[in-house]
Amino acid sequence: MEGFGTKILFEIPILGGIPLTETVVNTWIIMAILTIFAVFATRRFDKIPRGIQNVVEAIVDVINKFTAQTMGEDKKGFSAYMGTLFLFLLLANLFGLFGLRPPTADLNTTFALAIMTFLIIHTNGVRRKGAKKYLKGFLEPFPAMLPLNIIGELALPISLAFRLFGNIIGGVIIVGLLYGGLASLSGMLGITFIPVLQAAIPVVFHLYFDLFAGVLQTFIFVMLSMVFISMAMD
Amino acid sequence: MEGITGRDLILAASAIGAGLAAIAGIGPGIGQGYAAGKGAEGVGRQPEAQGEIIRTMLLGQAVAETTGIYGLIIALILLFANPLA
Repeated sequence: MEGFGTKILFEIPILGGIPLTETVVNTWIIMAILTIFAVFATRRFDKIPRGIQNVVEAIVDVINKFTAQTMGEDKKGFSAYMGTLFLFLLLANLFGLFGLRPPTADLNTTFALAIMTFLIIHTNGVRRKGAKKYLKGFLEPFPAMLPLNIIGELALPISLAFRLFGNIIGGVIIVGLLYGGLASLSGMLGITFIPVLQAAIPVVFHLYFDLFAGVLQTFIFVMLSMVFISMAMD
Repeated sequence: MEGITGRDLILAASAIGAGLAAIAGIGPGIGQGYAAGKGAEGVGRQPEAQGEIIRTMLLGQAVAETTGIYGLIIALILLFANPLA
């Protein structure tokens, strides 16, 4: 029963060997892509945009507008975090299209992101409302609800992380099973040197599980982060 | 029935349990379908608010999906990271 976990690609030979999984390496690739894009796209900005500057301005504009629309005009400053989250998750979820393992198919990645959102929710809740009013919020509607409220708050990052992880890993497993099944089918038919069956049939599944579900889950994660943060601050 | 160890039994029961956990998919299926139906109704009544309706619908569906995802996670844990076996 092996095959859908993250593989360890290589080890850093210090401190008794630090294992590096596919997730870490793919996250590095995404970081490199985003960093290089950011550096090169923002090199020379003109008053009149042309070329890649148009694209960058459009992206920033859309994210700013979307954040202001969802969270309210006064919380527009979150668009930096939301934009980063959006771009990272978008690239990460679409990684399955290139035959690589999406970093979000690892619970560590999704939990890290969910905990970031969780911390932002609570620090901003305290900052905006003041500690007293914030703590009082846990006793509402009546003090006996305290344990339930705490569990409810703790369930938030768990559900956020598992939602993304479950959707992506589900896609990874189904597409992986499909490739395995098609490989053994073409083996039965005696087509071994050219993977004819694997070439065309999985396209539909990639379209749904990687493209559609990936973009949708990115949107959902960012949207829910926005909604929860603005709910905690109002 | 000779030669069935306790481990085999646990694995077989885990496979059945994983299948049962997938039944959790019924709930989100009904919920999401209901939300989509209401969304379609809303668009039919107010076509100009389509963008807003779709966004709200997707958000609600994502929250409704959570229980189904929990079922999937339990099935995956039973199959690939079984704590019992």
